[in-house]
Amino acid sequence: MQLTVWTYEGPPHVGAMRIATAMEGVHYVLHAPQGDTYADLLFTMIERRNKRPPVTYTTFQARDLGKDTAELFQSAARDAFARYQPQAMLVGASCTAELIQDDPAGLAEAMGLPIPVVALELPSYQRKENWGAAETFYQLVRALADKNAKPAPREGRRARVNLLGPTALGFRHRDDIIEITRLLDSMGIDVHLVAPLGASPVDIARIGEADFNILLYPEIADTTVRWLEKTFGQKTVRTIPIGHGATRDFVNEVAALADVDPAAALDHSNMPWWSRSVDSTYLTGKRVFIFGDASHAVAAARVARDELGFEVVGLGCYNREFARDVRDAAKLYDIEPLITEDYLEVEDAIAALQPELVLGTQMERHIAKRLRIPCAVISAPVHVQDFPARYSPQMGFEGANVLFDTWVHPLVMGLEEHLLTMFRDDFEFSDAAGASHLGHGGTPHTAAAAPPADEHALHPVAEPEVIAARGWTDEAHTELMKIPFFVRGKARRNTERYATDHGLPVITLDTLYDAKAHYAR
Amino acid sequence: MSPALPLAPSAIDCAPVLRERGQREVFCGLTGIIWLHRKVQDAFFLVVGSRTCAHLLQSAAGVMVFAEPRFGTAIIEERDLAGMADCNEELDRVVDRLLARRPDIRLLFLVGSCPSEVIKLDLSRAAQRLSVKHAPSVKILNYSGSGIETTFTEGEDACLASLVPELPAAAADAAPALMIVGALPDVVEDQFLRLFAELGIKGVRSFPARKAADLPPVGLTTRFLLAQPFLGETARSLEDRGAVRIDAMFPFGAEGTTRWLHAAAQEFGIDEMHFRRVIAPGRERAKRAIEHSRSRLEGKTIFFMPDSQLEVPLARFLNNELGMIPVEVGTPYLHRRHLAQDLASLPADTVISEGQDVDKQLDRVRAARPDITVCGLGLANPLEAEGLTTKWAIELVFSPVHGFDQAGDLAELFARPLRRRDMLRV
Repeated sequence: MQLTVWTYEGPPHVGAMRIATAMEGVHYVLHAPQGDTYADLLFTMIERRNKRPPVTYTTFQARDLGKDTAELFQSAARDAFARYQPQAMLVGASCTAELIQDDPAGLAEAMGLPIPVVALELPSYQRKENWGAAETFYQLVRALADKNAKPAPREGRRARVNLLGPTALGFRHRDDIIEITRLLDSMGIDVHLVAPLGASPVDIARIGEADFNILLYPEIADTTVRWLEKTFGQKTVRTIPIGHGATRDFVNEVAALADVDPAAALDHSNMPWWSRSVDSTYLTGKRVFIFGDASHAVAAARVARDELGFEVVGLGCYNREFARDVRDAAKLYDIEPLITEDYLEVEDAIAALQPELVLGTQMERHIAKRLRIPCAVISAPVHVQDFPARYSPQMGFEGANVLFDTWVHPLVMGLEEHLLTMFRDDFEFSDAAGASHLGHGGTPHTAAAAPPADEHALHPVAEPEVIAARGWTDEAHTELMKIPFFVRGKARRNTERYATDHGLPVITLDTLYDAKAHYAR
Repeated sequence: MSPALPLAPSAIDCAPVLRERGQREVFCGLTGIIWLHRKVQDAFFLVVGSRTCAHLLQSAAGVMVFAEPRFGTAIIEERDLAGMADCNEELDRVVDRLLARRPDIRLLFLVGSCPSEVIKLDLSRAAQRLSVKHAPSVKILNYSGSGIETTFTEGEDACLASLVPELPAAAADAAPALMIVGALPDVVEDQFLRLFAELGIKGVRSFPARKAADLPPVGLTTRFLLAQPFLGETARSLEDRGAVRIDAMFPFGAEGTTRWLHAAAQEFGIDEMHFRRVIAPGRERAKRAIEHSRSRLEGKTIFFMPDSQLEVPLARFLNNELGMIPVEVGTPYLHRRHLAQDLASLPADTVISEGQDVDKQLDRVRAARPDITVCGLGLANPLEAEGLTTKWAIELVFSPVHGFDQAGDLAELFARPLRRRDMLRV
């Protein structure tokens, strides 16, 4: 049994719902108790979808358990088929239905529906949402793909590719697809199929006709592309085009497979100049903590270090299936990877590292807010705010521009950083005001503003200012408080570490400045 | 007009009810934790369930609550399903860890879920075992919020019912005392307590109380008023301990609140003139406040999808006090006895439906094209996209809507979607 407050991933049947909801002409009949219908709101509220997810739940109750829940499943499937007329049906069980062992697969088969019915075995007590999505997509493709399909002869036509992995409730999948389709078009390459997002079973049948596959979201489509490699001999582009450098690598990798010239597509981003221009100097060496799904976290780390000049001090993911990728990447940054699905562990890591920027999920946004560290969201799980009305891809050259803006925006701006230092002793200036371009600057950063007891009770996180007095002389502490709030946490941490390393029981003014010299960049 | 109308019992029994079986688009009882954990400030709710349960709480709450919650889920894993002894040990370990980290917790609810019910994990035994271990600092109780047994607000009913045996016994010769039953926002609870004090009803107690230790006494002299229409089990448990329910209309709007208060006043022998004098200012404020929304709501049709069991009293309020026309009033469960006065005040031709077949019900919504449809979060945007104006039912549960001084807010909750529809030029 595992104690959980917030979870990064839902159960695997929610992953299956993400596939069904992304597609056209598919209906999912889910054997599930009353109450499991809550999952609909993920799609209609968080993603603002204007249609109900194509899911019929049997919503059995206790009084049904003694009778025939199997019959309930069959009548639900029969009604769903009659009402929605899908081209293909998914059938499966949620966690509770898995326990009552009604065998939706066998029941559906016995009904002899005139459409393909794909039975899902998603072990709810072992697996989670991403795995469920990947398995569902794989089972659908395996069942629906026409095994005899093959690409038309290449002469006299543009290369055709499949873009695989985008789903419902994905982080910016909608915009990534537009961006990558546009990029490929500029290279003279056509998109044969985007799946699962927007694809119908009829489209999936023709998946083998593409020249090769582009794996945009390994968490969703890795299992599928491996099967496609085996079955159709289609090659796979595995570079994830997040960031300027990765997009260039992506273009080169695609061009080689498609036998086209990459040159025309290679440079369309403002990001390199924005990063080289002098105002960005202040970004140098900013300590950044990165956490998300493995693919987004690894991609973000490269952008953070190589394209923004940050120092990556933490890197982790919540999906163990892809932990190896994160472990490999962590070696590049000489840090310990954090592989965990316990957000309290992530919170501990962030509190201990005191980064200047957190790149994470919706969960890390909460953590960073409590620790008063700037944060940008880079990965699912996401909130309604992360489905913007505007075009805001993460991938491709425009995606690189978006990353620059969204990661730099939460930080105090270059010139402003100097002004804050210059005026910090001015009687009219208040640390508490924060940076002028951040609308929520009203939060006081002083020790007096203790958060409501309730907020910190489950897992007390030391407020920098509150514990600052421990071991500090008054004089040293007063000096510490003169340091602008956005670097104070780091100064405090460095000084205390210096004191510990040097066996100093009391932190004096000298200790503070000795530590400053010691850790000077 | 006299605030107390005579009952019309014949209308209650013969109201036509449409009963349907099919897909029910409702939350399970676990969802009640979202407001209960805020109400009882030293209680923690530990769901013993699956990842789905944790995900539900996070998704239902995540849209609305950002603070560190006093709830969590002990997620059952594959290895727990292998053997029951292991499962109990695991639960003890999780509870030990939780209580070590939260020394402020005085009351811990082990909340049963669909999976824990299906594998027949005996949480009442676990609660007894753990209560002994953690006595006297923490009391440990259990109830089921599972979807196979409860819908949405029935979770609060089950929670409060589990607390009833813990209530201290009132002395046999105690003076009659009034208990208000049902979690209300603190601000509303305080308004009611002030009104009862002014009326001269002394020592009124709320159940649940804000602190776990403040449990009100119960006994033969206890008279209770339900503040919520979904507390069937709780009422039965209180009656088993000798308490007597005061039959009343539910306290929504100027009339509902007047009649709710009046029922108590009559029970406690409060002078009629005094009653009118005390409630007059609040009643007049409520009437003025709801008047703002009348032009927007009067004559408009409304369709309630089943959600919180508040549907019948809310339809009564909107019809009687604002002139709206209820097309269909769906409710997950119809408690006829407790709702008798509200049901009697609905127009005779109102369709009351109990249970749900969501696809068929949506067909009826599309056919009726009501001016406003009250529905859950999963249905609201899809209906809006079809050009139907909606009101999220969940807001009616989370917002302060009871009593005189919330009557205007309650009317506004229904008027706002219509006003917005008329305002927008996009």
